[in-house]
Amino acid sequence: MWSWLLTTDHKRIALLYLISITFFFFIGGFFALLIRLELLTPAGDLVQADTYNKIFTMHGMVMIFFFLIPSIPAVLGNFLVPMMIGAKDLAFPRINLLSWYIYVIGGVIMLHCMITGGVDTGWTFYAPFSTSFTNTKIVEAGIAIFIAGFSSILTGLNFVVTIHRMRAPGMTWSRLPLFIWAHYATSIIQLLGTPVVAVTIVLVAAERALHLGIFDPKLGGDPVLFQHLFWFYSHPAVYIMILPSMGVVTEIIACFSRKRIFGYHFVAFSSIAIAVFGFLVWAHHMFVAGISVYSALVFSFLSYAVALPSAIKVFNWTATLYKGSIRYDAPMLYAFGFLGLFTIGGLTGLFLSALGINVHVTDTYFVVAHFHYIMVGGAVMGYLGGMHFWWPKISGRLYPEGWARLAALIVFIGFNLTFFPQFILGYMGMPRRYYDYSHMPEFQVLNVLSTAGATILGVGYLLPMVYFLWSMRYGKPASDNPWNAAGLEWKTASPPPTFNFDEEPVVTWEAYNYEELDAPHKEEVPVAG
Amino acid sequence: MAPHVDALYIFLLIVTGMMALLVFVLLIFFAARYRQRPDVRAEQIEGSTALEITWSTIPFVIFMVIFAWGAVVYFKERTPPADATEVYVVAKQWMWKVEHAEGQREINELHVPVGRDVKLIMTSQDVIHSFYIPAFRIKQDVLPGRYTVEWFRATKPGVYHLFCAEYCGTQHSGMVGSIVVQEPAQYEAWMKGASTGPLSASGEKIFAELGCATCHRSDTQGRGPNLQGVFGQPVQLEDGRTVTADENYLRECILDPGSKRVKGFQPIMPTFQGLVSEEQVNALVAYIKSISAAKPAGGAKTNAHLVSPRDPMSEQAQAQPNAQPDRSQVQ
Repeated sequence: MWSWLLTTDHKRIALLYLISITFFFFIGGFFALLIRLELLTPAGDLVQADTYNKIFTMHGMVMIFFFLIPSIPAVLGNFLVPMMIGAKDLAFPRINLLSWYIYVIGGVIMLHCMITGGVDTGWTFYAPFSTSFTNTKIVEAGIAIFIAGFSSILTGLNFVVTIHRMRAPGMTWSRLPLFIWAHYATSIIQLLGTPVVAVTIVLVAAERALHLGIFDPKLGGDPVLFQHLFWFYSHPAVYIMILPSMGVVTEIIACFSRKRIFGYHFVAFSSIAIAVFGFLVWAHHMFVAGISVYSALVFSFLSYAVALPSAIKVFNWTATLYKGSIRYDAPMLYAFGFLGLFTIGGLTGLFLSALGINVHVTDTYFVVAHFHYIMVGGAVMGYLGGMHFWWPKISGRLYPEGWARLAALIVFIGFNLTFFPQFILGYMGMPRRYYDYSHMPEFQVLNVLSTAGATILGVGYLLPMVYFLWSMRYGKPASDNPWNAAGLEWKTASPPPTFNFDEEPVVTWEAYNYEELDAPHKEEVPVAG
Repeated sequence: MAPHVDALYIFLLIVTGMMALLVFVLLIFFAARYRQRPDVRAEQIEGSTALEITWSTIPFVIFMVIFAWGAVVYFKERTPPADATEVYVVAKQWMWKVEHAEGQREINELHVPVGRDVKLIMTSQDVIHSFYIPAFRIKQDVLPGRYTVEWFRATKPGVYHLFCAEYCGTQHSGMVGSIVVQEPAQYEAWMKGASTGPLSASGEKIFAELGCATCHRSDTQGRGPNLQGVFGQPVQLEDGRTVTADENYLRECILDPGSKRVKGFQPIMPTFQGLVSEEQVNALVAYIKSISAAKPAGGAKTNAHLVSPRDPMSEQAQAQPNAQPDRSQVQ
């Protein structure tokens, strides 16, 4: 027990994170289920208005700050970044452990906050509702997120330094797996963005506790200022969630089509472009919030600019399949799922960036559907794909392939059934955050479909947890490289020894050297130069 | 607005549908065509700069078309016609209070005639709300401490949903209402119903009761600026800036007189924050606007404002050739 709680091994810390974020994922999922059950009928009959408002708030806060943001970086990134670049550990192993403890402290405060009353502002904390009107536990939830934010900053810091300083001999920047490039871009956002949300939370707390006039016009503040500060972090935060997932999908597609990635440099730099442009589009959440038409124009334009690198990635992934030798193991099914859902999520983003349409569909279910396609369809699909891909490496066991393919299919179908109807609901005009739509019973059919889909989706998410746990005891032992995949992490034992490699690897090959791996004379594949 | 938004929406559905189809067809085709076979190895391809440039440029051009079209629609949505009928909206947790210039008040309902441009001048008493009419494809957040504006022209009689679209607390989903669009005759009949008199008249009464007229004199320059004809005009401030005396400026001067003081006047005006309700501020603003619009047009200075607010709404006012130029030539 103590050897786990005091470990500085990045792989063990990754597993600590895995356990804790899975715990929060199911709490957030439970709230989601309650939301869908309430919306099954137009009347507000399952829970009361205040309860519903707390449920969707906690769903958002838990899923975003305690599941999605740490998900891939803190679990898969933590486990794989050092191994992929041929390092023994992260640059600051103790800080890595510290970041997990900080996360846990934040999480415990959030749990306490939820159990003793919760918050009803929505995860967006809009002022002056949050600062002067609601009497729920804003400050406590703020403290929880503030603290958890430091965990995110420290993880980002650790990755940046590790990727700069700890690469094995021969592991040049253009030989890095694209998973690393994605994490590098993510870490930059975590480092630069997270402090801003921390400051915003402090300002909310200051206005609430000390009545300083910052956001509430009655005290001399400006409520739109809050939205600028909030989205300055919270828009790039979307890229914290999706970029690592893109990294995962890149690795999977290369492996299961046995090919190098088409346009390596374009994929790598598009990650950096997303990180940079991602900081310049925040006000596209505010086109009806009272900003000037000219600033709306600028932010609409920049939103199209940030869509471009994502489009480039999709085209490159597709082109990678061309003349490949494609296998359909579970990770690849998740990668295909990611491509489909992310494409729909991205294309509906074009609707939202079009100013004239944004006015109609913002703050409706259209937006809800759009960001779930990105953050659940994209980020969670990638996360699950990655978990399946690297599970043999992490656990040293094979999961049951048939069940895993079935789960991937169930997740894909359940997801689309849940969220596609919400696009239509949104264009019909159903606003977000309504617990009672008895004035507009015409919305019910689509809501029933959505709830049915959510039930299927729930099963799809439970299955992997069951068979992963099962495989830890009963699964077949995994070889070092069950997928015959490229990458340094597959050149060591499964699970890897404490310092990852018995001797420091020396890299003499490009990333995704599937040509050499699949060459008929396999024995001559260089292991270490 | 709806046809403009829907046209762009359908265009986007087609364009994005084609993009999605292209990607999905290629994915499925490659997945099927290049599935693993014994003795067939993947062919390694490094990439192609020409292809990268192609599939960056083409989407970018398409994006720019969408962007420009979206911007054009947005400008239409955000620019109310100058002669639109003005209606004041005050939002509070959790209801919509509507005041017509003629003095009719409604709660959670807004009656409008078919075919007339209606401009909503909106503010909130507490938190942020959002005035959303899905059938008209328009939405605008309603903020405390300032006015925001939104406009529409209803083209078909009927009853349409009104939603609050910005989460505002417990009964957010109960903050719904109806937009009742009537034929002009029906609307006139409805208008004749109970009314407390024009909004600007209530404003004038409040103006007198609060003693505003002791400083803001209409015959000469008093201790405060003369407000005749001030609306819509540039105002030189003490700190050197020049602002336009729009609704938001008048509102700010009432609630926070020190912040944008007119050049040449002493900071002697007390704040009316907390002393007047949002409805009273609206009435005062409507009054000040009425004495700006009316003065040059009507000869009788003193009571011209009693007629003016009704005028812009009726056809005669729009027909008056000098109504518009006068407004801008005031002073």
